[in-house]
Amino acid sequence: MSDVFLDLRNVVKRFSGVAALDDVSLTIRSGEIHCLAGENGSGKSTVIKVMSGVYRPDSGSIAIDGRTHSHLTPIEAIRHGIQVIYQDFSLFGNLTVAENLALNTELRNKRKLVNWRSVRDLARRALDRLGVDIDPEQEVDELSTAGRQLVAIARALMSDPRLLIMDEPTTALTRKEVETMFRIVRDIQAHGISILFVSHKMREMLEISERLSVIRNGRMVAEGPTSNFDESTIVRHMTGHDISSETYHWKAPATPTPPRLEIAGLTLAGAFEDLALSVHPGEIVGLSGLLGSGRTEVAQALFGLEPGHTGTVRIDGVPVPLDRVQTAIDAGIAYVPEDRLTEGLFLTQSIDRNILATIYERIADWSVIDRPKAANLAASSIKALQIATPTGDKPVGELSGGNQQRVVLARWLLTEAKVLILNGPTVGVDVGSKAEIHRIIRDLAVEKGLAVVMISDDILELVQNCNRIVVMHRGRFVETFETADTSEQRISDMLTSFK
Amino acid sequence: MGKHAFDVRSLINRDNNIVQLLGMVVVIMVVMTFLSPDKFLRYYNFESLTYLFPELGVLSIAMLVAMLTGGIDLSIIGIANVSAILAGLFFHHFVGREGIASGDGTGIVFLGIVLSLTIGAAAGAFNGFLITKLRVTPILATLGSGQVFTGIALVLTGGPAIVGFPVAWDWIGNGKIFGLAVPFVLFIVIALGMAFLLTRTTFGVSLQLIGTNPKAAVYAGLDKTRMIFLSYVATGMLASIAGIMLSGRTNAAKSDYGTSYLLQAVLIAVLGGTNPAGGKGTVAGVSIAVIALMLLSSGFQILRFSNHLIDFIWGAFLLLVIVINAYKNRNR
Amino acid sequence: MTLFRRSEVVIAAILLVAMILIGLVNPAFWQVDNLFSLLRSNVIIGIMALGVLLVMLSGGFDVSFPAFAVAAMYLTVKGMLYFGYVGVLVPFVCAILIGAACGSINAFFVWKFRMIPLIVTLGTGSMVRGFLLGVVGTSMINIDRFPPVLIDFAKAEVFTITKADGTHSGLTAMVLIYFALALGVHLMLRHTMIGRSIFALGGGAEAATRVGFDLKKTIFFIYCLAGALAGFAGMLHCSMIWLANPRDFVGTDLEVIAAVVLGGASIFGGRGSVLGTMLGVFMLVMVKNSLIIMKVDTTWQLVVVGSIIVIATAATAWRDRKRQA
Repeated sequence: MSDVFLDLRNVVKRFSGVAALDDVSLTIRSGEIHCLAGENGSGKSTVIKVMSGVYRPDSGSIAIDGRTHSHLTPIEAIRHGIQVIYQDFSLFGNLTVAENLALNTELRNKRKLVNWRSVRDLARRALDRLGVDIDPEQEVDELSTAGRQLVAIARALMSDPRLLIMDEPTTALTRKEVETMFRIVRDIQAHGISILFVSHKMREMLEISERLSVIRNGRMVAEGPTSNFDESTIVRHMTGHDISSETYHWKAPATPTPPRLEIAGLTLAGAFEDLALSVHPGEIVGLSGLLGSGRTEVAQALFGLEPGHTGTVRIDGVPVPLDRVQTAIDAGIAYVPEDRLTEGLFLTQSIDRNILATIYERIADWSVIDRPKAANLAASSIKALQIATPTGDKPVGELSGGNQQRVVLARWLLTEAKVLILNGPTVGVDVGSKAEIHRIIRDLAVEKGLAVVMISDDILELVQNCNRIVVMHRGRFVETFETADTSEQRISDMLTSFK
Repeated sequence: MGKHAFDVRSLINRDNNIVQLLGMVVVIMVVMTFLSPDKFLRYYNFESLTYLFPELGVLSIAMLVAMLTGGIDLSIIGIANVSAILAGLFFHHFVGREGIASGDGTGIVFLGIVLSLTIGAAAGAFNGFLITKLRVTPILATLGSGQVFTGIALVLTGGPAIVGFPVAWDWIGNGKIFGLAVPFVLFIVIALGMAFLLTRTTFGVSLQLIGTNPKAAVYAGLDKTRMIFLSYVATGMLASIAGIMLSGRTNAAKSDYGTSYLLQAVLIAVLGGTNPAGGKGTVAGVSIAVIALMLLSSGFQILRFSNHLIDFIWGAFLLLVIVINAYKNRNR
Repeated sequence: MTLFRRSEVVIAAILLVAMILIGLVNPAFWQVDNLFSLLRSNVIIGIMALGVLLVMLSGGFDVSFPAFAVAAMYLTVKGMLYFGYVGVLVPFVCAILIGAACGSINAFFVWKFRMIPLIVTLGTGSMVRGFLLGVVGTSMINIDRFPPVLIDFAKAEVFTITKADGTHSGLTAMVLIYFALALGVHLMLRHTMIGRSIFALGGGAEAATRVGFDLKKTIFFIYCLAGALAGFAGMLHCSMIWLANPRDFVGTDLEVIAAVVLGGASIFGGRGSVLGTMLGVFMLVMVKNSLIIMKVDTTWQLVVVGSIIVIATAATAWRDRKRQA
């Protein structure tokens, strides 16, 4: 086992008595790409923090190159060649690319003064090494997400690491950018650097890794060569049970009904042009496209957040002006935003308030809230959507990701929405809750006759849940697929062909 | 009765900060009584407090309203002074100094109050405009507007205080009603009203939600711009009420009256459990905090500490609160 | 176009236009006397602004520095009188140390309890001023008791010009001290690691820790240096006006902060420069002082200063929004 770089042995880490890691062992060999799979809250990030020296394990040990340590400090971890690229990249938006790249090195060399020429040289070399074209004098705030990630990778490589830990690196990237990143990751591997790829995205893990470990509830439940796994086995290990996936069928009623949502000639300068779409009650229409294709802008426009648009939007045949969020809501449009935590929820406020946020105006006389009515509505919503909580007084931040998403859905059901727009409905939701949320959305579409528009990067998610998928590119709807006669592969191929 | 008891318990559960504050009031009372038994516990002492603390209490509630959305209002003192001064000028113009001295002008006081409140609302609307429409950070917007308001007050008076207000105006600051100090009764009414406004109305709940997560508020369809704008209008009106109380009590208005109240209002709001980052804070907490600190001040005054030393103690208290809050959060 | 993205250029341009306008209203503006006195008025506010800039770069907000300045100045002058000390260096060192010590209290609370700096500095400012007035004393030290050695020191001039009518007017040498300090702070910010750590902290505390900056050191450095600059400014101020008034500098906080904001520093941290700050200070002082030249009643001063803050911050907010769009 001379090729083992890092070995976690029987690590236990408790937080106020609760075991976040329970007897976790993980072996990373030199020059391998290793995936650590697990749902949110399974202990993935605790493993990272033990490896990078942020947390000190309560028992167990960490062996590096065969030498055993009871714990590492952050400095020791870096000195042993362990580098972490966090989800937020830990870059300084107000500083230039060059300085971001050079800061680590300058600090490690215990420099007191800054030599700007050497900063530029260091940065130039780091960027060249990665083979990317980024202006080192640019401020990081001006870069795209993918650009920032490349800077973060370039920075990590500057210290000649032995192990690069990447925490959910693909979350904010488009498919195209993910492929670029994978190419770079393989290139890094070719230099003998190990990579620990922490993720919950099945297909990416299967694609990139050589070996795979699955963590669930703080315990390692599976480990082995990636070729031993497929999606369903990973899901079973991650969740502890099987999850069936059926596709969604929608049958047009015998007597034709008018569409719930009808868009014609919708245009927003610089974002999208001349869009037309009809969605009938009970339909779930997927909207797919690369980041920057205009899909999010369409959703925002339908929700009254882009008042500059032209064209008509009809709901049940009635044209509605969408110049403000309030008019969109009054017209029966509901929007579940992309980032649940920063755009969807009031984390420290109670579940009740989160559910009722949008309809307070409607249950108030002269602005005075009808409290019994509010309590009843909240309680019945919690019941209807099976939100797991003893009471609605609890802060919503204490709920799991899946339950939080239900709270957001509950809010919109109370508005008696007719059109539900979902932007990345299961981003950051663990696999178990994901299936549950899909079921809820499908049921709602059927029971309430909602017209659902679902935007997602996860094409499988669309194929499984939509009866139609519209592909968007450069601000236009370029193709429509009936899900019944298409496959994930066809849509993926189409998206890859763009650009 | 049973229902009532339940309400109290739920209030305490929801906010153990209030229990803590009440505990603090008790501790201050006990210590001060121990240090100066004959003077501190006198009825006169408490009665004089009921004339003094309401101004600061109203200003602190104003600060709470601004902080609920994660803002701050550094212009409240300027607003208070400018509205009192304008009322004073109004009286002088329409009744005249001699008229006021001879007791005239009682009827016109109502108009003066309307005028003051309008000035407060307008000043608050100016802040709200800067913050919501021009998107200036609240701290800078109110820093600048506070200078402008104080400056206008200075220009209007030319420096010296405006002396001589109608008798009815003085009554607001010095009078008695049902055996209680008028400012005190006024404070109770305002506190109850604001508590109702902030917890039972769409306006108040919206402010708390906006303060917790402004972005999510937009996506939830709350009219963020309008609500924040209105919150500064409310802050401005509360400040002008404080101005009326202050000028009523002292029978004078000046551009630099009550400048030390600014720090104290921030301190009391924070001490009362308001989160300066927004989303959290109660009128009850702020009200108890102002009473606690006024008791503390009056105790030290009885012990013959100078006013400057009391400033020192207020500052020390603010830092102490920070330390206590930090430890409280750590245990959580 | 990139030239105009630098806020210093914009400020300098506005400044130039303002100077020309004021000069048109009253040509006396361009008289050497006036320009010299204008520069002289920059010194104290400017030195304090350097400290405020440091705090603001780190994403903080300091309102305690006027109290620190007053405490450093009053305690030092009192001490000089008590010991009968004659000298310049020791008192200034003493004032700097008092300022730095006060600053370390700010740093302690900001670092240890992660409390919003505005609230912390409101508390420390009130404490220090309360202590000074309540314990040390409230009486002014007037010219009749003020140490002559300090007066002589602050009287030094860089050069003097003899005007046609035979009177002299000179530029105070204190301007040189201000410029030297500004240059020092600039070099520190731009060329030392501790300076870059201030920018890093303003860019993001979490990221700064991960890169390996010792933020405790940075925070103490920032607040101690800001306190030291305030202490020094306080001492210089009393030497220049021959008076140590324990109630001095009331309201200076708002003025200095306004100057720093005018100079393009971001209240959210991470952006700002010494040059911009100096221009901001000059702008504020010039407008204030020129009211007299322009025959505007001095009671209007606050209104004008406040309006400038409002307009400048609104313009900055507008510019930032355009940049994001």
